[in-house]
Amino acid sequence: MNGLIFLIPVALGMGGLGLAAFFWSMRSGQYEDLDGAAQRILLDDEDAA
Amino acid sequence: MNAVALSTTDAAACIDSRFTVPGMRCAGCIGKIERGLAEVPGVAAARVNFSAKRVAVSHAPDLSDAQIVDALNHLGFEAQPVAENPLARDDVETKRLLRALAVAGFAMMNIMLLSVAVWSGADGITKELFHWLSAAIALPAVAYAGRPFFASAAMALRYRRTNMDVPISIGVLLATGMSVYEVLTGGDHAYFDGAVMLLFFLLAGRVLDAVMRDKARSGIASLLSRMGRGAQVAYPGGETKWVDAEDLAPGMEMQVAAGEALAADGEIVRGESRFDRSMLTGESVPEPAGPGDIVHAGTINLYAPVTVRVTAAAEDTAIADIARLMDEAGQSRSKYVRVADRAARLYAPAVHSLAALTFIGWMIAGAGVHQSLLIAIAVLIITCPCALGLAVPAAQVVAAGALMKRGLLIKDGSALERLAEVDHALLDKTGTLTLGEPRPSSIAALGEEDRAIALALAQASRHPLSKALASTLRQAGVSAADVTDIVETPGEGLRGRFAGRPVSLLRPDHAGEGLAVSLRNEEREFILFFTDPWRADTAEAIDALASLGVPSAIASGDTSDAVSKAACEFGIPATGGMSPADKLAELERRRAEGQNVLMVGDGLNDGPALAAAHVSIAPGGASDVSQQAADAVFVGEALMPVALSIRVARRTMRTVRQNFVMAAGYNVLAVPIAIAGYVTPLIAAIAMSLSSLIVVGNSLLLARSAKDPK
Repeated sequence: MNGLIFLIPVALGMGGLGLAAFFWSMRSGQYEDLDGAAQRILLDDEDAA
Repeated sequence: MNAVALSTTDAAACIDSRFTVPGMRCAGCIGKIERGLAEVPGVAAARVNFSAKRVAVSHAPDLSDAQIVDALNHLGFEAQPVAENPLARDDVETKRLLRALAVAGFAMMNIMLLSVAVWSGADGITKELFHWLSAAIALPAVAYAGRPFFASAAMALRYRRTNMDVPISIGVLLATGMSVYEVLTGGDHAYFDGAVMLLFFLLAGRVLDAVMRDKARSGIASLLSRMGRGAQVAYPGGETKWVDAEDLAPGMEMQVAAGEALAADGEIVRGESRFDRSMLTGESVPEPAGPGDIVHAGTINLYAPVTVRVTAAAEDTAIADIARLMDEAGQSRSKYVRVADRAARLYAPAVHSLAALTFIGWMIAGAGVHQSLLIAIAVLIITCPCALGLAVPAAQVVAAGALMKRGLLIKDGSALERLAEVDHALLDKTGTLTLGEPRPSSIAALGEEDRAIALALAQASRHPLSKALASTLRQAGVSAADVTDIVETPGEGLRGRFAGRPVSLLRPDHAGEGLAVSLRNEEREFILFFTDPWRADTAEAIDALASLGVPSAIASGDTSDAVSKAACEFGIPATGGMSPADKLAELERRRAEGQNVLMVGDGLNDGPALAAAHVSIAPGGASDVSQQAADAVFVGEALMPVALSIRVARRTMRTVRQNFVMAAGYNVLAVPIAIAGYVTPLIAAIAMSLSSLIVVGNSLLLARSAKDPK
């Protein structure tokens, strides 16, 4: 029972962290160009070019 | 050095422009475009969006769009400037749904965690604590994630109608409300998990729907080009200025360069040229026009610069008339009721009266208000159209994805539903049955060296015939010869030097009928003729339509005997010389006879018909207006996707009906248990997720529908 006081906030916190991470990734445009991201890995480093 | 200075000093004053570049295919293209543009003086940054086939350029204000398009052309890509993110609103809608889905998912998982503990026997203070925690998570989550449903239900009720969202909203709100009451009074059952899970599944359906729509729309937006948005106007003082299409006024003199689209109707004052009127008439052979002739907005000046005195601009042009006709024609379609909403019309009253009867029944049986209400709400939750809300979008998304791979972009789910009901097809000729662009009839006469020279010359020009010749030669595996000093003379053609000898690609002096160019290499001269060929699989596609029970007919604006030739060749009835209003009248007549007509057309002259038809498809090469009016767009050179789309749409609707039957079957099993009062939150949760999984699984089977031939 005492464990719950500790574990429940941890469970909620981790879920909340995931949610916050998802919101952040959406706002910063991580999903704007999914195909492009897959292609860009094949590009040489732009400084080297 | 110069570029560096510019990018630092102008960083604050930079403006952003977007260009659609349909030609990018690989990582190499991304690198080439981004690095190439970064080297252009005045460009601060360029960022490619590969999914949308777009590039966003941040540049100095004095660098015009035309210059950037030019730079992209030099890099080897065709590009068109696009208006400031025209699809932003749809994007926002999808993002809002995604956020709601994420919140519902987060809440569902955490509440489930607590609920499992309750179900497996937690009691006393632990149970009460868990119920309070669930309430604390569920209330904000329902308020946030439920908004799309509540808003839509409120809208429907305001107009005294009902849609799928009404029973959903009532179910969710009642379940949440009752659970709160249970928590406050220390009761046994809290249905927070059920309410949030319901929202999660339904939001998943909505997100799928929105993603499908966005994907198709951005595909179509990248095909759209910008036509005649303005003109170079010469003022009496000798000064010339660029004037936007809306600001053109009768009396102004537009200077229209070769290759430019007209922005207003007018009379030619000086110059002689040929005009591509395919936007208006569907006729691909350019028409010659000289001083005194009337030319219309939307037509393209092909050969030589002309000066045109504006007679009608903006709202008064022939194009604007057609747009008005389309607006009116589109009204009838908005009356179409989607299958899910039709189901809801039957479903909502049935479910709500069932719940009411349960309540009354238990009251008569003497169970007390509280107990009776609990059971009635359990009935509502168990019948809540969870599977029903997923049944339609899941099937449609899978089908649309399968069709997209075969080159057909469906704009929304309602289009698939209407496609399934089609029983007659009306086809335009030019651009639909034909490719809609000139192709050299044969390049067999050319030797290897001549081909290489022809390609080198042709790819230096943006003239439609040059582009057609260049793409045909490239397909034949020709690589360009090293032709130097290429000069393009508008209205005449291209001249250059190859190995010290003059070579040229010119308008022939005496071409006779049709389109042709003459290629000269030293003393040799070849005349290349151009035709607008049939799509290779036209006959097959018409047969396939017939085998689906959809007889076709041709309705063309073309007045020549090509229409009757097409009728003979494909063995279907054809009518030529139809104006946009004639086509519209034909559709109205067929509709009055009870036919559900599929209209396939590309030209602006088909616009009203496309908007009025039960459902419509436009080819990827169609005018902007047509692509926007149509429900679907097919890309590529095959006509087969049209027939395929009907077959897939019908199969989709069969799957949707199966899904409905399954959802109804689940209700038949679950409702008696609920009415009897045996449903606990555990049973509700299991039943809900099970029925949703079955429906989604059944829909996934559709992924194969566009692959196998039968």
